[in-house]
Amino acid sequence: MSTNENDQPIIICRDVHKWFGDFQALRGISMEVRKGEVIVIFGPSGSGKSTFIRTINRLEEHQRGTIIVDGIELTHDVRNIAAIRSEIGMVFQQFNLFPHLTVLQNITMAPIWVRKWPKEKAEDIAMQLLERVGIPEQANKFPGQLSGGQQQRVAIARALAMQPKIMLFDEPTSALDPEMIKEVLDVMIELAESGMTMLVVTHEMGFAKAVADRMYFFDEGLVVESGTPEEIFEHPKEERTKLFLSQILTH
Amino acid sequence: MTTTEEIRPPEPPGPITWIKQNLVNSWFNGILTVISLVVVYYVVVGSIRWAFVSADWSPVTENLLLYLIGQYPRGEVWRIGLSLTMVSILFGFSWGLWRGIMQAFSLTLIVSFLVLAVLPATPTAFPLSMRLFALANPGLILISYLISRRWKIPARVMISAWLISLTASIILLRGLGRSELIPPVEVNLWGGLVVTFLLAVGGITISFPIGVLLALGRRSSLPVVSIFSTFFIETIRGVPLITILFMGSLIVPLFLPSEMRVDRLIRALVGMIIFSAAYMAENVRGGLQAIPEGQVEAAQAIGLSKFHTTLLIVLPQALRLVIPTIVGQFISLFKDTTLASGVAVLELLQIARSILQSNPEYLGQQFEVYLFVAAIFWIFSYSMSTTSRKIEVSLGVGER
Repeated sequence: MSTNENDQPIIICRDVHKWFGDFQALRGISMEVRKGEVIVIFGPSGSGKSTFIRTINRLEEHQRGTIIVDGIELTHDVRNIAAIRSEIGMVFQQFNLFPHLTVLQNITMAPIWVRKWPKEKAEDIAMQLLERVGIPEQANKFPGQLSGGQQQRVAIARALAMQPKIMLFDEPTSALDPEMIKEVLDVMIELAESGMTMLVVTHEMGFAKAVADRMYFFDEGLVVESGTPEEIFEHPKEERTKLFLSQILTH
Repeated sequence: MTTTEEIRPPEPPGPITWIKQNLVNSWFNGILTVISLVVVYYVVVGSIRWAFVSADWSPVTENLLLYLIGQYPRGEVWRIGLSLTMVSILFGFSWGLWRGIMQAFSLTLIVSFLVLAVLPATPTAFPLSMRLFALANPGLILISYLISRRWKIPARVMISAWLISLTASIILLRGLGRSELIPPVEVNLWGGLVVTFLLAVGGITISFPIGVLLALGRRSSLPVVSIFSTFFIETIRGVPLITILFMGSLIVPLFLPSEMRVDRLIRALVGMIIFSAAYMAENVRGGLQAIPEGQVEAAQAIGLSKFHTTLLIVLPQALRLVIPTIVGQFISLFKDTTLASGVAVLELLQIARSILQSNPEYLGQQFEVYLFVAAIFWIFSYSMSTTSRKIEVSLGVGER
């Protein structure tokens, strides 16, 4: 697993700062992610973890520091942003499927309009992705007719349709009923094992233990602690990490 | 083995039980029921007797064609007929292709033609040939419908056919400069329902895209665009429609070179478009604001450009949300065409008025005439609101 290409970081963040008005959401985040790594980011709400992964595909603009994704630095250059976005898939807490389009249309939208693929090719690949997330029979339904778990799996398929190099997950299971969390996590685990580079904001510690290469604990816009799952769970160095873990693991 | 007792919903009450439960369940309600029945009886019988016995419909029956087409030269009426036929056939084809709205429009058109065919009128006011024409059109609509069900016509062809034939009808109605076949017809002679429709359909179809652009413009991040849109919208919305129509007919010609004479129908139409577009913009903006930010973010995250995000994700959802308001606005625009009478456009109401004024023998028969005009407006307004309900239902699939 240590070829040269894999050692090359695909995401480089240095000293990333972000303000919302006077409120400072990120106070200097640095992180390097290598190809194929699975990163889990966790922390209390308001700690900046969502804001951080949203800066990586520039849904939020960072105001200080550098972010380099796949060799392209994120600046105000619109072409750069478009190029980056087509390499990064994103899955949201609230699914954000397009309610006026069928499942199939949701997935083929970007390949047809951004990649300019012919409709047939886009639909073939969409069907393969639906097979992969386990719901090919829902292709012609509308999002509103699906359960939350199914919707989130469609959202994953939609993000994968652009054949991204990186996948961002912003609390993908937080809006789901408990019995649906597993079906989504299973898809994510399969994706992680297939070698996808993933940044996942989540409190599903079982998922982190199973597939994370590294974990980052965020609090108040800073990385408090980072390490392998073993280091974080077995020997956390910081008091705040211990306290937070005890809170989310014991309930 | 388990026996499952089937539990059914309670039977709906029979008619007698229903009456007992709802109309005479107490002595007070009983009295109310009796009183209401008496009132209903007198109103219904009175109206029927008035309509069929005492009312004198001669101002309508003797001038039916005037209400329909105004003073359009009687020798050139075939041109209106031909335009109508083109539109009928297109509606038939579109019905087969798109169903939904087009079905509703086609059915309205069929019913209107059939009603027209049997409307009582003197032979000179509405000759037999025209009745037959009105009777034949529903057949044409149905035939075109069946044809397009059998052989699918591509939507692209259909849309170009609409554009071409709408342009053709306008040319047909106006006539060409020195043509023998279709000599120009003074727009001042146009009138009646045809003009009402021209104002309404023209106003609706042209103001809609302008309104959408203004709504997008108002939310634009470019200050020039957003300031201009806001200024336009707020200025127009602050002025009554009749004022805009007057300005259009009196002031605008002052600024135009004298050889550029725009006839009053067009000026009224432009006024209505401007007015309606401003309101349309605000309605659409309401829909745009209701779309959650997450939709835009999701579209951006999969790499769609701003333009595609607006066109494919935001607008379709926003417009669906505001269908009831938009149709409401279309209905009021349709009825507001009567205001064009203020600038000497002979739309339906103005024709009715001038028929009453120019014939002393119709004195005292205003009620019949206005009732007839009101009925026409009601039929089309009502069918528009029924159509909007159908669109809402057919688009309701996949509602969040």
